[in-house]
Amino acid sequence: MDNLTFGVSMIVVGMGGTLLTLWILSLIMVILKKIFPYKAEDEGKNHG
Amino acid sequence: MLDAILGGLNGLISGFVHLHWSNPVMIVVGLLLLYLGIKKGFEPLLLVPIGFGAILVNIPLAGLMEEEGFLRIIYDAGVMTELFPLLIFVGIGAMTDFGPLLENPKIFLLGAAGQFGIFLTLALALALGFTKLEAVSIGIIGACDGPTAIYVTSQYAPHLLGAVSVAAYSYMSLVPVFQPPIMRFLTTKKERMINMGSVKKSVSKTTKIVFPLIVTIIGGLVAPKGLPLLGTIMLGNLMKECGAVARLTKASENEIANIVTLLLGISIGATMDGRLFLTHDTLIILALGFLAICLDTVCGVLFGKAMKIVTGGKVNPLIGAAGISAYPMAARVAQKEGQKYNPKNYLLMHAMGANTGGQVGSVIAAAVMLSVLKGMGIV
Repeated sequence: MDNLTFGVSMIVVGMGGTLLTLWILSLIMVILKKIFPYKAEDEGKNHG
Repeated sequence: MLDAILGGLNGLISGFVHLHWSNPVMIVVGLLLLYLGIKKGFEPLLLVPIGFGAILVNIPLAGLMEEEGFLRIIYDAGVMTELFPLLIFVGIGAMTDFGPLLENPKIFLLGAAGQFGIFLTLALALALGFTKLEAVSIGIIGACDGPTAIYVTSQYAPHLLGAVSVAAYSYMSLVPVFQPPIMRFLTTKKERMINMGSVKKSVSKTTKIVFPLIVTIIGGLVAPKGLPLLGTIMLGNLMKECGAVARLTKASENEIANIVTLLLGISIGATMDGRLFLTHDTLIILALGFLAICLDTVCGVLFGKAMKIVTGGKVNPLIGAAGISAYPMAARVAQKEGQKYNPKNYLLMHAMGANTGGQVGSVIAAAVMLSVLKGMGIV
C-alpha cells in the first residue's frame, strides 16, 4: 500500500471511527442517565 | 610497576576517552529536563526521572543499557512488554472523575475533535518520508497522552521512543503556554464571553459504575487491539466509582502509579543515548509533535464553534480546546481564558467534561488506529 492511500485511509477510517465510537458512547450515556436517574440519596452513599 | 600504574590511570580516564561528542550534549539535555521539572514544575514526576536517565545513559562504559545493565532490565520488563503504560492507566482511571462528562454527554464529541491532530500529523510524517509505523508513532504524540504514546511507540517504532515520549510529556506540560494564543486567534470576544451556566448534578452512582463497563465493552468490540489501554483505564475508574475496593483504588492511584512512574521515567531517559537520539529525525519528530498538539487545539476550538452554532449559542467554543488528554491543565486554561473576558463565567466543570472526554477520546483514537492498522494488514 502506498503512503498516500495509507494516509488518506487512516484519516478517514481512523478519525471517522473515533468520532463514531465516541458519538455512540455519548448516546449510550444519555440512555444510561434515563435508565438510572439521579436521586438525591445517591449522594454520600458509601459502598466501601 | 610503572606499567601497572599507567594501566590503572588509564582505567580512570577511559570514561573521558570514550566520550562521544553527543554524550555531553545529551547530558546538558538531561540537565535541562531536570531544570524544567524541578525549577519550573513542568511534569516533575516524569521529567526528573527522564532527565536523570538521560544523564546516566550518556556516561560511557557504564553499560547501563547493555544486556545485563539495570536500565535495560527495567526497560525490557516494563516498556517492551507495555506493562508500565498500562499500569499507569489503571492509576489514571482511579484518579479521574468522569462525572462532568456524564452530566453533558454531547461534550464527548469535543474529546473526539481534539484527536484530529493525531491523524493530520500522521499524514504529514508520511509526506516527510517516515515509514508507516513511524508515522503512526509520531502522530500519536497528538493524543497529548504520555502512556498512550509510549504504548504505541514501544510496539511499532521502539527506536523513536525517547523522542516521542519526551515530546509527548514536554508539550503536555506546555499546554498553558501555547493554547491561549490559539484560542484567542480562533474565537471572537463575544464567543469567549458566552456563559454556559452551572453544571447541574444529574448523574446517579449506578450510571457512573456502568459507564466504565460500557466503554470497555463497546470500545473493545470496535477496536480490540486497543483494549489493553481502554480496559486498564476503565478498570481503575470502576474501582474508584464502585467504592467496594478502596484499598485497591488507593494503591492504584498512589503506590502503583508512583513506582511505575519512576521506573517508566528512568527507562524513557535511558533511550536517550546521544549517538542514537541526536539525529535529524529527532528534531523533525519534536516539531511534528508540537504541530500535532497545536492542531488538536485548533480542531477542538473549531468543533466548539460548530457546537455553538448547533446549540444556538449555548456552548462556549473555548471548552473545545480542553478536548485533549492533558488533564486537568487544558480545562483550567479554558476556565482562565473564559473568566478573562467575562468574570462571571465559570467554565471549569464544562471544560472538565471536555477534558475527560479528551482522555477517553485519545485512548479510543489510539485503539481505533491500532485496529485499523491490523485490518489493513500492516501489523
